Amino acid sequence: MKEKIKTILPYVDLPLIILALYMVFIYAPTDSYMGDIQRIFYFHVSFAWVGFLSFFFNFIGSIMYLIKKERCWDILAVSAAEIGIAFCLIVLTTGPIWARPVWGAWWTWDPRLVTFLILTFMYAAYMTVRNAIEEETKRARFAAVIGIIAFLNVPLTYLASHLWRTIHPDVIRPGGGKWGLDPAMTAALRITIPAVTLLFVILLLRRMDLEGMRDRVAELKKKIMKEA
Amino acid sequence: MGYYLKKVFLIAAKDLRIEFRSKEKIYSMMLFSLLVMVIFNFAFEPGAEYIKDVAPGILWVAFIFAASLGLSRSFVLEKEEDCMQGLMLSPLDRSGIYLGKLIGNFIFTLAIELISLPFFAIFFNLSLTSSLPPLMIVIVLATFGFITVGTLFSALSVGIRGGDMILPLLLFPMQVPVIISAVKSTGLIMAGSGMDTYSQWLKLLVAFDIIFFVASFVIFEYLIEE
Repeated sequence: MKEKIKTILPYVDLPLIILALYMVFIYAPTDSYMGDIQRIFYFHVSFAWVGFLSFFFNFIGSIMYLIKKERCWDILAVSAAEIGIAFCLIVLTTGPIWARPVWGAWWTWDPRLVTFLILTFMYAAYMTVRNAIEEETKRARFAAVIGIIAFLNVPLTYLASHLWRTIHPDVIRPGGGKWGLDPAMTAALRITIPAVTLLFVILLLRRMDLEGMRDRVAELKKKIMKEA
Repeated sequence: MGYYLKKVFLIAAKDLRIEFRSKEKIYSMMLFSLLVMVIFNFAFEPGAEYIKDVAPGILWVAFIFAASLGLSRSFVLEKEEDCMQGLMLSPLDRSGIYLGKLIGNFIFTLAIELISLPFFAIFFNLSLTSSLPPLMIVIVLATFGFITVGTLFSALSVGIRGGDMILPLLLFPMQVPVIISAVKSTGLIMAGSGMDTYSQWLKLLVAFDIIFFVASFVIFEYLIEE
């Protein structure tokens, strides 16, 4: 049953992604002020949401690992963190591409930008720690500690950079805060977000399988070494 | 409870005694924070008016860098000669070890900061006497916040190969809320603004301190179980 779902999911997501691409590039109207560059927004927002979601999965996996000490929770945590970093990098790449023509600057110190950047840094450090530890249970334990602490820091980082900005004069503002989207644009976003979320689920399940296979290989290697 | 705290203070006192006797860490942290201030000075025009605007940032960069230098050594002593085993065998909760280490690191870092502060005032021609009491509140709150997570990650980094390289990578992104709050409130205090202008920053620092003190206190025992 579980395997079946895993096989079916990509076939569900593929048409969804094609539909999302159609909605984004053809169905949604061109933004009167920003022009075509605004179309980056749909995927940018979707990836940002899923990037955040994956760190939440990492947080859950980390807590559960410390409580239960079961390998599967560590597998969830590492898989989610890795995909999260990839998605965050997509967010941090698409953002400036959009910002340059619209805001007139590649980068601004907007709270959301700061939070995402710091988030990426924290999970990059998380992966660095994982790579530096060979012993499996120790790696899982140390990583879980970082995963929990890093996630707790997200709201505080957002709050701090938000207060920092509101006290500073705003040089550049994104279209007055609330977007006021065209209904067709909202519809496009409503398709893009599930499409990307499903992509995340597929990647997560695959990545977790991969980690399981690595364990199996390591086990077999040990067995062979013993016999030899 | 009193028994527990007594043991905790024993660990803190032991750490402080080692540091104040060997003086090795005091000198290097002191010199390091002074050097940061001096080097940063070269980045700006001498005697420029805007130096007052960037001074708080320089102060905190110096403090945070010096503190992280100290933190990277915090658990190294315990690792040598297997002192950690001794601590773990002592009739004290694992969380007590964290608390003792935290208090030791906190007092030590605070001492370094207080010694560097007059030098900062001299180098940047600032009169800090009138703003000293509120500034002290910020220094205590921000240093505590830095040390809560710092002590936890310091214990973590000694257990990893190349740990002293990794510690700043873990620590600096974690400290963004502390650094922003400390720099902003220090700037407002030095400009002579009233309490109401920076109270939100103090609140944020208190929130950070509480959240990460509790989280690190609970999590610490998972780090050293071997």
